[in-house]
Parts: sequence; C-alpha cells; structure tokens
Amino acid sequence: MRKITTDIAIVGAGSAGLCAAYQARSAGAEVLVIDENHRPGGQLFKQLHKFFGSSAHRAGTRGYVIGRELLERVEKSGVTVWLDSVVYGMEKDRSIGVIHDGENIVVDAKKVIVATGAKENYMAFPGSTLPGVMGAGAAQTMVNINRVLPGKRIVMLGSGNVGLIVSYQLMQAGADVLAIVEAAPKIGGYGVHAGKIRRAGVPILVGHTITRAIGEKEVEKVEIAEVDDHFRPIPGTEQIIEADTICLAVGLNPMTELLWMAGCRFCFIPAFGGHVPMHDANMETTVQGLYVAGDVTGVEEASSAMEEGNLAGVSAAASLGLLTFEAAEERRKEILGRLDTLRSGMFGERRRTAKEKQLAETAAYEAGRRE
Amino acid sequence: MEGIIYTGVPSKEELAAAPGVPSRERMEKGRVACIECVQEIPCNPCESICKFGAITIGSQITNLPHLDGEKCTGCGLCVANCPGLAITVINRAFSSDEATVDFPFEYIPLPEAGDTVDAVNRAGEVVCQGRIVRVTKIPAYAGTAVISMAVPKEFCDEVRSMKRLPGEDIDEE
Ligand SMILES: Cc1cc2nc3c(=O)[nH]c(=O)nc-3n(C[C@H](O)[C@H](O)[C@H](O)COP(=O)(O)OP(=O)(O)OC[C@H]3O[C@@H](n4cnc5c(N)ncnc54)[C@H](O)[C@@H]3O)c2cc1C
Ligand code: SF4
Ligand code: SF4
Repeated sequence: MRKITTDIAIVGAGSAGLCAAYQARSAGAEVLVIDENHRPGGQLFKQLHKFFGSSAHRAGTRGYVIGRELLERVEKSGVTVWLDSVVYGMEKDRSIGVIHDGENIVVDAKKVIVATGAKENYMAFPGSTLPGVMGAGAAQTMVNINRVLPGKRIVMLGSGNVGLIVSYQLMQAGADVLAIVEAAPKIGGYGVHAGKIRRAGVPILVGHTITRAIGEKEVEKVEIAEVDDHFRPIPGTEQIIEADTICLAVGLNPMTELLWMAGCRFCFIPAFGGHVPMHDANMETTVQGLYVAGDVTGVEEASSAMEEGNLAGVSAAASLGLLTFEAAEERRKEILGRLDTLRSGMFGERRRTAKEKQLAETAAYEAGRRE
Repeated sequence: MEGIIYTGVPSKEELAAAPGVPSRERMEKGRVACIECVQEIPCNPCESICKFGAITIGSQITNLPHLDGEKCTGCGLCVANCPGLAITVINRAFSSDEATVDFPFEYIPLPEAGDTVDAVNRAGEVVCQGRIVRVTKIPAYAGTAVISMAVPKEFCDEVRSMKRLPGEDIDEE
C-alpha cells in the first residue's frame, strides 16, 4: 500500500473543511483536503437560497456561490484537493485510509482535521418503506443538483429550517407542497422561512404527525393525525391527504464514524444531534493532533461551521509551530468573538448552551485523565 | 395559537412591536420599506445593503432590524436582498384609491406589467385582485425578482404577495 505524508490532512471539503484548509495553508502548512464527492463545498452546493447569517459570512449570498468562492480561495492558496476519494478508516495513530483514483493509499499526516458534516435522520411509520418516502435532503439533491422533481404533491414532515427551505425549493421547482406536518407545538425553523411557506398558501400543522403512508406500489395517500403532549397520535383525529411523496426533515446527526475508530471520547448532546466528539476550545479532540470542525462537532449552520474550520486550521498550524503563540491567540480571539455572536438570540442560545456543555465535559474528562 | 412561532404568520401584536415596520404617516408620504422581521435570528444583510443607513441592527447580530423611516427612500434594494423575504416596500401615496406593494418573488413563471393577479395575505389567502405595475430583475437582486403591484388602498396592510402562477405542466413520463 502506498503511503504518503503531509503536514495537515483534512477530511471533508464542506464549509468547515475548506476554511480550515485555507487557514492552515496561509500559515504555511502543506495541506491535503479529501472529499468523497465529485464536487467540493459539501452541503453548500445544494443551497440555492440566499444564506442566513451575518454579512461577514456572506449572508444574503446564495449557498452555492459561497461554496464556489471558498473553493477558489483554497485552490489559489496551493492546497491539494482530492475529490471522489473516500476516507474509509482511521487508525488510533491518526493515519487515514483513502481510496483515491482506484488506489488504496495511507495518508500519514502530522495533524488531522475531520470535517465530515452530518447526515439525515430517518423515521419509521407504517408504509415508510414505500417508494415515494424520502429524506428532505435527498429531495433537495434531486431538484437542485439533478433537476428532477421527486413528486408533484408533497407532504413534508418536520418544520425545522431544512423542512421549510426544502419545501420552498420544491415549490420553486414546480411541485405542490400540500402541508408541513410538525409534531411539536411550535414551528422549529426561522419565522421568516415559515412566512414564505405560508404566503404560498401551504398550511403548517403543528401538533400533528404522519401516522401512515398508504399505497399499493408507491405512496398514494398520507394519513396524518393530531398528537397529545407525549407525541402519541390521538385516535379520531386522522385526516387523509392525497399525495405522491413524503419528505422527512426530522433532523440531522453528525457523521462521526471516523472519530469513533480513532478512539475519540464522545458526549451526548441532543441539541447537537446526538453523540458528538469531545473537543477543547481549539477544536482538538481527546486524541492528540486530531481536530474537528463543523456539523460533525454538533449540527449548527454554515456560518458557525466556517468559523470552527478557521479555528481548527489556525490551531493545527500553531501546534506545528507555524504560528507564534501570540499570533495564534489573536486570531483565535477574533474567531471566538464571531462565534459568540452567532450563538445568540432565541435560536442561538440553545446552541451556545450545548457548546458550553460540550467544552465543559471535555475539560472534566481531560482533568480526570491528568490525575 | 397566534404568532409567528405557531402559525408562521406574525400576529398583529408582533407586527405592531416590530421596529422595522414604519408608521402609517410615513407610508402615506410615499415609498417606504416595511420590515416584518419579528424574531431574533442571527441575520443582518438588510443592514449592510441599505446605502442610506436606514436599517440598523448593530453589533449584536440577533437584534431586530430597526428602520429609520426618514432615511428610507423606498429604493427597494433591501427587498431583494433579505434572505427571509421579509421586506416589502409600501406606497400609500400611489394614487387616490390605490397603494402599491413591492414584494420579492422567486417562482416562475413571472407575471408581466399590466397583468391582473390574485393578491394574497400573509397566510396565502386571496384578498383581492392586484394589478402588476412593474417586474424588476436586475443583477443587484441576485436572482430574486421584485414585483410592484397596485391594490385598493384598504387592502395594502394585508397584501404581501401574489398567488403562484400555474407553470407549464411537467409531464409524467
Ligand atoms: C436544506 C438546508 C438548508 C441550509 N441553509 C442554511 C442557511 O441558510 N444558512 C446556514 O448558515 N446554514 C444552512 N444550512 C446548514 C449548512 O449547510 C451546514 O451547517 C454546513 O454546510 C456544514 O458544513 P460542514 O463543512 O460541517 O459539512 P458539509 O457541508 O456536510 O461537508 C462535509 C463534507 O465531508 C465529506 N465527507 C464526509 N465523510 C467523508 C468520508 N468518509 N470521506 C471523504 N469525504 C467525506 C462530504 O462529502 C461533504 O462534502 C443548511 C442545511 C440544509 C440541509
Ligand atoms: S428601501 Fe432602500 S432606502 Fe429603504 S431601507 Fe430598503 S434599502 Fe434602505
Ligand atoms: S435580512 Fe431579512 S431576515 Fe435578515 S434580519 Fe434583515 S429583515 Fe430579517
């Protein structure tokens, strides 16, 4: 097996990975970015809508444009990018196994940054295996990347930002969204996204769930019902909607497989999507020299993924001695300041609390280990 | 229950309390932005896009956008650049019986000037007919069209968009 070495290897070329690469390269590190997709940018490339966030993070710009700009910057800086290359494993010594150009290669990097993002949750109900039931992210890839409409009459389950945005994009592509069904008593995503959906005449049914998909060979009808305080369907409240597609937008969970293999410690934080890797304020995990950034550390947003990427890139470069302690500290302070403003307000507060818990659990674990 | 978080439609109280919604007097004087952004979210492109300094959010990015009605010229740049599509430009001085509502629209087909369309409220319900005055699609709007629509004055506090036009039917193969 061929073995190659580099200063910093980054798994994932999404918002987080690309920012980390740029920072590390700017500090003078030799950087290799690996992504299994044939296009870099991760989630950004599916996002045709104008982004939220601060103007400093290019909000108001469409997601794919942000992705293109990040990529150009990274390519100009002299980072090596391997696309169509799957990282299938990581050893405890942080060496990683990659299939690149049909060849099995071991990459031995002095520092590794994992920025693999998150994947969709699924939900089972009677009929959920019928063709026509799919993840909202899959539906989004179909309309925005492959330009195919998954169906014409759609019911969306989940009113978080993903459910709201994908509903909007399905309508833009020409489908009808008949309802957004949400088990919680409140809409999960931003009010302004919900507002667009309502102006298009789509009802958002809070306190409801899908109880059944009905159809012979594919989805023909969807049964929904009201739920009680324990999210149990209330008998007698069932309604039937004639639909050909059900999209599930019931959350994301971090793609942490590589980190488990490498022996990272985890903590459980539901607000972040489940088990998330412990990491310190420099984004370093409990495995020395292994850093994380973006949705893999807990599902948030592109703006925060970019800043965590910046932080991981600066920290990894600094630990190689490429930045003075003072220079690194100064940059970290700026980045942490921006992250702090992002994690505020009625939606951000929850993520701030979650991140504080993650950092505190890491500190407690590290203290225990030193004793 | 009422309110943006339960229905996706801001309640009367939420709109009354929103610092981005101009006064009735200001709307009577002519074109002015009406920012119906009522939730503290980390977002501020409206502030940076306004060349006249009429929108303030400040360093705390989750603050609600505040409109200075005196500085706002009604130029409409913010309408196309708000990712939440939460801004319209209202002109109650358009004519003696009509007002215009300029709103962002991202569906195809687009209407054309002179068309009569169904004008809808914040919940997508048709409230009256609207007459399309202008459709603007320029590079500075980055893919979003802004549609200026005239409606009877009494409906201009209600009307916020138009009903989607039927597209060419996509054939099943
Ligand atoms: C519908 C939707 C709308 C959104 N809208 C907004 C918005 O308006 N504003 C905002 O700020 N955020 C938004 N987001 C969130 C934002 O897209 C993500 O938070 C952000 O992209 C996360 O970046 P990331 O780099 O952590 O992960 P990703 O972008 O997911 O990138 C991870 C990359 O890692 C690669 N990868 C994973 N595993 C491997 C492996 N084993 N080997 C090789 N490569 C691998 C993947 O191919 C992928 O390219 C939205 C998300 C969705 C789904
Ligand atoms: S309409 Fe023009 S002047 Fe008024 S707030 Fe918007 S961008 Fe500023
Ligand atoms: S750009 Fe739109 S959604 Fe964002 S803060 Fe301004 S008005 Fe609200």
